[in-house]
Amino acid sequence: MTGNDWGSVTERLGGNSYEVDEGNSHILVHQEEARRTGTGKLLVRVCPAHVYSEEEDGTIAVEYAACLECGTCRAVAAPGTLEWHYPEGSMGVSFREG
Amino acid sequence: MTAAMTDIEYDFDVIVIGGGVAGAVCAHQLATAGRDVLLVERGAEPGGKNLSGGVFYCRIMQELFPTFLQDAPVERRITRNCLSFLNAASLVNIDYWDARLAEPVNAVSVLRARLDPWLAARAEDAGVTVMSGVKVDALLREGGAITGIRAGDDELRARVVVAADGVNSFIARDAGLRAQEPTKHLAVGVKSVIRIGEDEVRRRFNVEGDQGVAYAVVGDCTQGVAGGGFLYTNTDSISIGVVLRLDDLVAKKRTSSEVHDHFLAHPAVRGFLTGGELLEYGCHLVAEGGRAMQHDLVHDGLVLIGDAAGFTLNTGFTIRGMDLAAGSAKAAAEAIDEALSRGDVSREGLMGYLTRYKESFVGKDMDTYARAPEFLETPEMYKEAGELLADVLYNVYNLDLSPRRRLTATAGNALKRSPLTIRRLATIGYRAMRAL
Repeated sequence: MTGNDWGSVTERLGGNSYEVDEGNSHILVHQEEARRTGTGKLLVRVCPAHVYSEEEDGTIAVEYAACLECGTCRAVAAPGTLEWHYPEGSMGVSFREG
Repeated sequence: MTAAMTDIEYDFDVIVIGGGVAGAVCAHQLATAGRDVLLVERGAEPGGKNLSGGVFYCRIMQELFPTFLQDAPVERRITRNCLSFLNAASLVNIDYWDARLAEPVNAVSVLRARLDPWLAARAEDAGVTVMSGVKVDALLREGGAITGIRAGDDELRARVVVAADGVNSFIARDAGLRAQEPTKHLAVGVKSVIRIGEDEVRRRFNVEGDQGVAYAVVGDCTQGVAGGGFLYTNTDSISIGVVLRLDDLVAKKRTSSEVHDHFLAHPAVRGFLTGGELLEYGCHLVAEGGRAMQHDLVHDGLVLIGDAAGFTLNTGFTIRGMDLAAGSAKAAAEAIDEALSRGDVSREGLMGYLTRYKESFVGKDMDTYARAPEFLETPEMYKEAGELLADVLYNVYNLDLSPRRRLTATAGNALKRSPLTIRRLATIGYRAMRAL
């Protein structure tokens, strides 16, 4: 049901409540390591919020504002490929249902 | 307690990190015992960062908060439990409704953005200082012992710190007190909350009043990835999604959002959602390692509770976390109160926490289901088992004018066609008996 009643993941996230910490990303991908280990492509697949996407040159782009803060990326990333922490206090997603 | 420790000026007796079920219950219990407690929550409001599969086996809450069922914002009393084997084009369902599950109440569906603020408010009523919107960056240490927290430029000191900071367990991990969990101990839950209206919930799920349904689904819902699907009814909405074990999600090269979407679009499921409005799409990590995750829970001046301590249980039938969070919080609060009275908050002084949770339903149930994670690693549970069940039933119900065979022969034929051998089936059955 990609293209289902509720739209793409990005469209669905548009209905969520976020406080974006402008200019202060809580996610950092180490591109060379991510490419070498295959972690880059893995992050694109596992993240339910589609925070990670692969650009044409193989660079992993990070849309940190969409992060749902689950920590899946941190759990599967090869050592040295990713720095991921929670956003600052009161920043990031605020679930309204949970 | 050493002389150095007594020199410290403490801001609180106890600082609890994390305003979820574990943190709020622990803070509430300690304040009720007369302790000076700070509860720190990184979300703008308690509950803002929290997301659960939905069902709260709530007897423990009724014990801790006598008016829980009347006052807490719960959704529905779960009186119908379905265990579903879902295949690409078939569904075998064990559908169990029992009026006895309605009274006394055993389980309720909850939405954490509503439940957690209520719990934090009860903690506040008991005298807890609740500080929201504050992320704890690090623990303070004096001579090896944990003596407080640092948040930005602020430092706050307490005799005991409780890490109730959830499954990512940053506090203990960053302090080097807890090793990284293997990915087979973790799963990602991806969930949608979809509003269909109160009348439609009752009509589509055949329930009355505030009764509700919980489905645990295995098979095609995860496209073969170890884990399962779930569906719970809330007052006017449905919580539905998948839980995917990270090691297998990685190995099968699946995309988590696509597995979620595949489940919601399944012909056996989509009718429940028709015309619904998506209220929220969210996700959360789930601890799946069972008892093996209860390591390094007590340190000098620090204890870990709830998800941070890996207190979740997946038995295939029931998926539990919130009740174990509350139970571990109660055990920790009692032990901390005792340690404070004795003036010994060292690791040895706080060990009563382990004794208490192990003697409670929390430790007993973790022990009983210690083999469950291993059993749930059985790959056939996610595909072949459900297909075999459906094949047996297909040959029972598909009266195609060919001569009928007795059930055992029908089952034997289905087994012959299945990749499962009778020997393998016996092994799985034996392991299930030992594990569940």
